[in-house]
Amino acid sequence: MPLLYQGSDWTFERLKKAHDAIAEIALGELGLDIYPPQIEVITSEQMLDAYASIGLPILYRHWSFGKRFARDQTLYRKGYQGLAYEIVINSDPCICYIMEENSMTMQALVLAHAAYGHNHFFKNNHLFRQWTDAKGILDYLGFARDYVAHCEERHGIEAVERVLDAAHALQAQGINRYARRPRRSLAEELARQKERQSYAETTWNPLWSTVPGLDPAVELGGKDAGRLQEEGAPQIELPEENLLYFLEKNSPVLHGWQREILRIVRMLAQYFYPQRQTKLMNEGCATFVHYEIMSRLHERGMIDDGSFLEFLHAHTAVAQQPDFADPRYSGMNPYALGFAIMKDIQRVCTAPTEEDGAWFPDFAGSGDAMATLREAWADYRDESFLLQFLGPKVIRDFRMIRLRDRADEPYFEVTAIHDDQGYRRIRAALAAEYDCGRTDPDLHVASVDLLGDRKLVLEHRLQDDQRLDPATLTKTLRFVRELWGYPVSMREVDAATGKELPSGVTELS
Amino acid sequence: MNFIDRRQNPKGKSLPNRQRLLRRLKGQVRQAVAKSIAGRKVTEVDADQTVPVPVEGIGEPTFRRGARGAHDFVLPGNRKYVKGDRIAKPEGGAGGGREGAESGSGEDEFTFSLSRDEFLDIFFEDLELPHMVKRRLKEAESSTPSRAGYTTAGSPQALDVLRTMRNGLARRLALHRPRQTELDELLDAQAAAEAAGDIETAQRLTAEVEALRRRWRAVPWIDPVDVRYRRFEHRPIPIAQAVMFCLMDVSGSMNEHMKDLAKRFFMLLYLFLTRRYEAVDIIFIRHTHEAQEVDEETFFGSRETGGTVVSSALDAAIRIMHERYPLDAWNIYVAQASDGDNLVSDRSRVSEAMTEFLLPACQYFAYLEVDDTPGDDHDHRHFASELWRAYEELLRPDVPLALRRATAAGQIFGVFRELFAREGVS
Repeated sequence: MPLLYQGSDWTFERLKKAHDAIAEIALGELGLDIYPPQIEVITSEQMLDAYASIGLPILYRHWSFGKRFARDQTLYRKGYQGLAYEIVINSDPCICYIMEENSMTMQALVLAHAAYGHNHFFKNNHLFRQWTDAKGILDYLGFARDYVAHCEERHGIEAVERVLDAAHALQAQGINRYARRPRRSLAEELARQKERQSYAETTWNPLWSTVPGLDPAVELGGKDAGRLQEEGAPQIELPEENLLYFLEKNSPVLHGWQREILRIVRMLAQYFYPQRQTKLMNEGCATFVHYEIMSRLHERGMIDDGSFLEFLHAHTAVAQQPDFADPRYSGMNPYALGFAIMKDIQRVCTAPTEEDGAWFPDFAGSGDAMATLREAWADYRDESFLLQFLGPKVIRDFRMIRLRDRADEPYFEVTAIHDDQGYRRIRAALAAEYDCGRTDPDLHVASVDLLGDRKLVLEHRLQDDQRLDPATLTKTLRFVRELWGYPVSMREVDAATGKELPSGVTELS
Repeated sequence: MNFIDRRQNPKGKSLPNRQRLLRRLKGQVRQAVAKSIAGRKVTEVDADQTVPVPVEGIGEPTFRRGARGAHDFVLPGNRKYVKGDRIAKPEGGAGGGREGAESGSGEDEFTFSLSRDEFLDIFFEDLELPHMVKRRLKEAESSTPSRAGYTTAGSPQALDVLRTMRNGLARRLALHRPRQTELDELLDAQAAAEAAGDIETAQRLTAEVEALRRRWRAVPWIDPVDVRYRRFEHRPIPIAQAVMFCLMDVSGSMNEHMKDLAKRFFMLLYLFLTRRYEAVDIIFIRHTHEAQEVDEETFFGSRETGGTVVSSALDAAIRIMHERYPLDAWNIYVAQASDGDNLVSDRSRVSEAMTEFLLPACQYFAYLEVDDTPGDDHDHRHFASELWRAYEELLRPDVPLALRRATAAGQIFGVFRELFAREGVS
């Protein structure tokens, strides 16, 4: 086969040629299923811009993005931080930004990595399919930017900033963790429409029908108070873990535009939630895909040895795992671990050992590695993927070690290493570290005193003894107070016993 | 597949975010600018120096989990440990260094730099300059369009008719465009031949007329290749030079605040002059009871003791003008900052130096009387100072003298109002 390109300079013609060759392998041989890619060439300055807006092409304005930009720019100029070769957006068409500084080999690598690897993952992983709307996201971002700009014009930058500050602080509590309700049928939709209409005719907010501080029984008479409680109840469903949603729907003090802004922030947090749960898999998938494609291009003589060596250099720089004692160690490298597991799946499918047969009876020796991988990419998230696919060979290769940390012990105790007794224990502990449900604090709205002083009570249920960070607790709670408009408090309780922890209540009146 | 080249897209997409950040950091930014002003020379006021601004106190708090309690974790790269071994925790906290760092205050503090424009914005904001003035001063270079030959493309109003017609004439001559008279003659001859019944000649003439007409159409009167437009280039405003005399009283009564005001006052004038003149010289003269020409560091840095004799500084300025800045080659600007003290006996000499020499020679003489912030114990400032009274007597509409008293940076601009008004901005 003729070479696709030579040398390091890229041109649009070369990009197109390389892309076509990559597409043939990715779609024809690896069987990937992607959104049509849209490749945009940008400068390093524009890459910094993209960093600042959390990788999104369009975003509303806020000082925190300016801060991020200033920080990244400072780090970049001083040489402390390099820039990513690409940024890819979960959208349809799938937008990939590639930098003009990249060499031709890097461009090919980046096309395979982002435009095919990540793209396939976005389109097929169940979390993205269920929670994100790739087709609508760009339009929604445009809407969000215009809406916020419009609010700034009407209500002033400062007023908008106040809401955004508060909403950003509660972003992590603006996520639905469980499946949406199933889509309604047309009949249900019509019934709902009717119901909504009748509701609109008699609309009243129970929060506003009492004056704080007065006894509702006296105010309304005993009978009315009972009715209020009854009718108020179905509107406010408790407990509610989506704090932003709760405030958007129920806060007694917010204006319509403020609620809409909360909604915008909430939607974006939700859009990014799958990415947080699949970091390891997503990067692993993209790394596996680029490695596979570039190797095949080289095997066929479509890229020369020099380019392939340049590729390998970049690849190993990304997918290496320093030991924990190494000064470069900064946690488990998702590229390295994801890639290693996926390569291991490939090996188990095509050349299994006896051990593999015992560990992975379902697919050991199946011969079709891509089918197994595609299934894994589609149906798992990091935690379940590790539990299912992390095998003894990768644990050995990484020489993993499981340690126990107790606050009252001045040492870590080694509880498992990479031996027959240790594999499963290491796998379980590692998977737990990737479980967002455990790493995020478990917060919800526990109760709200509608008839009294409208106090909002949040609850933090502790699975272990890891309390909320007191340094930021009060500051963040102040934002809740501002959005709710009435006193708020945070209770920290033990999840198992339901008991309140010592000095576990923080109040803001 | 779709490749899009975005490299030409407008830059500064996150500029509005940056403006919001600066607004948020207002206190720090102002402090940084004040520090930077103190540290730079008057001539460096609009130099491309970075102004570091520390980012702090604008953390983004969230509900996050604090120090970890009992938990298990996995590390890669085990070389020597087996089950049951104990590894001492790293110094400075439980839970492993990385986790400890993550659950820290979380407020990432760093330093970023202001650009030249942002620096000038804040500088101007303190001075409370009118918008038009700000724009003038920020323009990197003023220029004027000037003629620069001809071009084949341009806008209709730049069409050069004479040059176009001349080109047309040359072309018509070279390509032998038939003249109207030639054609008329032939037509006449043909008509005559027809009338005479000389059919052969008439036919020959008809063919000639046809050939002539074809040629006439093929070589038009004006062709697009003839058209010429006037070309303009933007050239910097003509070279002129100015010298700026900075006069300051450095006797003990001038404190740091007053000197800061004086410095901003000199900086503003310098900015204005560099926009107008190609070359600006700057002379620093400090005085107590005697005057001295000094460099800038000594000018702002040193503190002298002694009485105050203003005329000594004026005389020094006059002497330097005579020696180095002939009036026919230099525009002269004088900026004087003082707290107003002067010997009463010196008044007549001051008046004389001003009226006899300085005022006729100067383009502009700006006097800024700097003062402590009001509310301080300075009762004697309520009535005019000695120097102020001396200058006040000289004020006339046709005299280029401006007086102003300032206790804060915002009041400085007043002394230049007339100067800028003359420039067409008010």
